Amino acid sequence: MTTYIIRRLIGAVIMLLIVSMVTFAIFFLVPRLAGATPESLASRYAGRTATAETQKLIADRLGFNDPLVVQYGRFVKGLVAGSEFDTGASIEQCPAPCFGYSYITQQPVWPDLVDRSRVTLSLAVGAAAIWVFAGVAAGVVSALRRGSFFDRAAMGIALAGVSLPVFFTGMISLVFFSYSLGLTAPGGTYVDFTVNPAQWAYSLILPWITLAFLFAAGYARLTRAGMLETMNEDYVRTARAKGLPERTVVVKHGLRGALTPIVTIFGLDFGLLLGGAVLTESTFSLNGLGKYAIDAITNNDLPKVMGVTLLAAVFVVVANLIVDLLYAVVDPRVRLS
Amino acid sequence: MSVGNGGSAGHLAVRDLSIHFPTDDGLVRAVDGLSFTLERGKTLGIVGESGSGKSVTSLGILGLHKGGHARISGEIWLDGEELVSASADAVRKLRGKKMAMIFQDPLSAMHPYYTVGHQIVEAYRIHNQVSKAAARRHAIDMLGRVGIPEPAQRVDNYPHEFSGGMRQRAMIAMALSCDPELLIADEPTTALDVTVQAQILDLMRDLQREFDSALIIITHDLGVVAELSDDILVMYGGKCIEYGTADDVFYRPEHPYTWGLLGSMPRLDRAPTERLLPIKGSPPSLINVPPGCAFHPRCPYEERTEGRASTEVPGLLETEGGHLVRCHLPREERRAIWENDVKPMLETT
Repeated sequence: MTTYIIRRLIGAVIMLLIVSMVTFAIFFLVPRLAGATPESLASRYAGRTATAETQKLIADRLGFNDPLVVQYGRFVKGLVAGSEFDTGASIEQCPAPCFGYSYITQQPVWPDLVDRSRVTLSLAVGAAAIWVFAGVAAGVVSALRRGSFFDRAAMGIALAGVSLPVFFTGMISLVFFSYSLGLTAPGGTYVDFTVNPAQWAYSLILPWITLAFLFAAGYARLTRAGMLETMNEDYVRTARAKGLPERTVVVKHGLRGALTPIVTIFGLDFGLLLGGAVLTESTFSLNGLGKYAIDAITNNDLPKVMGVTLLAAVFVVVANLIVDLLYAVVDPRVRLS
Repeated sequence: MSVGNGGSAGHLAVRDLSIHFPTDDGLVRAVDGLSFTLERGKTLGIVGESGSGKSVTSLGILGLHKGGHARISGEIWLDGEELVSASADAVRKLRGKKMAMIFQDPLSAMHPYYTVGHQIVEAYRIHNQVSKAAARRHAIDMLGRVGIPEPAQRVDNYPHEFSGGMRQRAMIAMALSCDPELLIADEPTTALDVTVQAQILDLMRDLQREFDSALIIITHDLGVVAELSDDILVMYGGKCIEYGTADDVFYRPEHPYTWGLLGSMPRLDRAPTERLLPIKGSPPSLINVPPGCAFHPRCPYEERTEGRASTEVPGLLETEGGHLVRCHLPREERRAIWENDVKPMLETT
C-alpha cells in the first residue's frame, strides 16, 4: 500500500514535469517558431512605447536570449527554490513556488493564484455538495420508480442540464432570481467565507445551483443506471430475504453497490473544477482561477497562463491519485499494487 | 394478519398457490394451483427443470416474488399465520426470523463490499435487540457451527476471501442466525464443486436436525433430493405433477415426466456405454402452456390417452397413501409401463 502510494506520487511528479514542459513549450517555443524575437517578448513587459534599447535590456534581464532549455531550467528552479528578478531599479525576491511576474501588473503570480483559488474552491465545494446530493437522490428515486412520471421528468431535466451551457442557464437565472425577484446576490459580489459565512453562501448560491445543475444531470443518470443494475443483484435479494426494511435495502445494499463509478467521476470532476470553472466564473463575475485564466489569455500574460495551467494540472493529478486510493476503500476487492 | 387453525395441517401449509405475472406478451403462470404441507424437522424436495416455477414458489413463500405486478392467490400458512393476505411489512418481519433462504450462488448472493461477519450481524440484529458485540459473538458462533475454521478471524473477511464452499457455509450461517422455522434452499449446491456439494448437503442435514426446522430444497438435481428429502414434489409448467414420499417418487414413480427425470440422471452403476435417456423437447413456455396436460407434447405415451391429454387438464389424484399423480393414463397402465418398460431400462444391464 505504502509502496503503491510512493510509486503513484513519483508518477504524479513526472506527469507534472511533462505538463510543465508542454505548457512551457507552447508559450515560449511556439511564439519563437512563429517569428517572435526576444525583444518582442520583452516588449510585453516594457510596454508598446518602450524604445528598442529598453526592450533589448529587458530581454537580457529576463533571460529571453538564453537557450530555451536554460529558460525552462530557470522556470523549474523558480518553482522549487524560488528566484530573483532584476527589475532594473532593484532585485525582487520571488519565493518558491515562483511562477514569475505578471507582464501586466508586474506582480508575482503565485499569491494571485492562492487568492483566486479560494473563490474557485468555494464555488466548487458548494456546487459539488448540491450536485452530489441532488443527482444521487434523483437517480435513486428514478431507478426505483422506473418509467414513472418522476423518472421521466427527472431524466428530462437531466438531459436539459447536460445540454444547456452554463452561460445560458446562468444568465437566465441571474436575470430572474437576482434582477427581477431580488432573491439572490447579483454577479460579482463575492464575500470571503472568513469575512462572513452567511454572506459567503448568499453571494454564491446562484453560481452553486447553476454549476450543480450542469453536473447533477450526469450524476442522476449515472446513479440511475447503477441502481437499476444493483437492485437486480442477488445480494439485494439476500438483503430482502433477511427481512431488512426496504430503505436499508435500497441505501445500504443497492446504493452502496452503485457507488464506485460515482466516486470515480466525482473525483475527476472536482479536480477539474478546482482548476477553474471558467464559464461559471465569467458569467457571475467571480474572480476565481477560471476568470483569472481568461483574463490572462486575453492579455497575453504568459506567466499567469503558465501558473493557472500548472496549478490546474496539479489538481487533476492529485484528484486522480485520490480516486485511485479511494477505489480500495470503496471496493474491498480492489488490491492496490 | 389472520391467525387461525389453517396451519394445523402442517407447520407450513401451501394451499392452491398461484403466482401469475402479467407481461406484454401475456400472462406468465409461473405457479398454478400448488398445494403442499411440511412439518418441522422434515424436508421437502421440489424438483423440476428451469422454468418449472420452483424458484418462484420459494420466493413467493418469502414474499419476494419480483415486480409489484405479480398476482398471487391462494394461502400460505406458516405456524398459524397466513402470509398471502398479510401486509408486506408483516411478511418482512417474518423473513429472516421465521423463514430464511439460501441461494444458489453464494458469491453473488453476498454483498461484495461488506464483511461476512457484518452481513450475519445485520441479519441477526434486525430481528433481535442485542448489542453489536453480542451479535458479533453470535456471528462467530454461527460460523463455527457451520464448520468454518478460525471463525473469530474469518468473521472479518470479505466474501471474496472465502472459497465457494466456505461462502455457502457462511450463507447457511446467515440464514440460520435467527433460528428460523422454515429454511428454503434454492439450488444450494449447484454452483459448488462436486466434492464440496456433499459436505454442504451433510451440513444442511445435520443443522436441520439441530435446529429442527422445516427444510425445502429446490433443485433440478435428483441426487441432492435423494440425499435429503422426506417428501418430493415434482413440478412441471408451474404445476405439481407428482407428489409423494421419496420412496414413492424414486421407487414407484407414476408420471412419465418423473420417469424422464430419472432417466436423464447419470448413474455410476450403469454401463458407461449406455446412453442417458433425455426427455425430448424443451420445457413449455409459461405464457403459452400447452392445453390439456402441459407435458403432452413431450410425453411418449400421449397417444394412449385417446386425445384427452391435449384437451383436458388432468387432475392431481391420489394413487395410493398420499402419493399424488397428475396424469390421464389409468393407474394400472402407468404401473405396467413403469414395471415393464421404464424400470428395466433404468436398472443396470
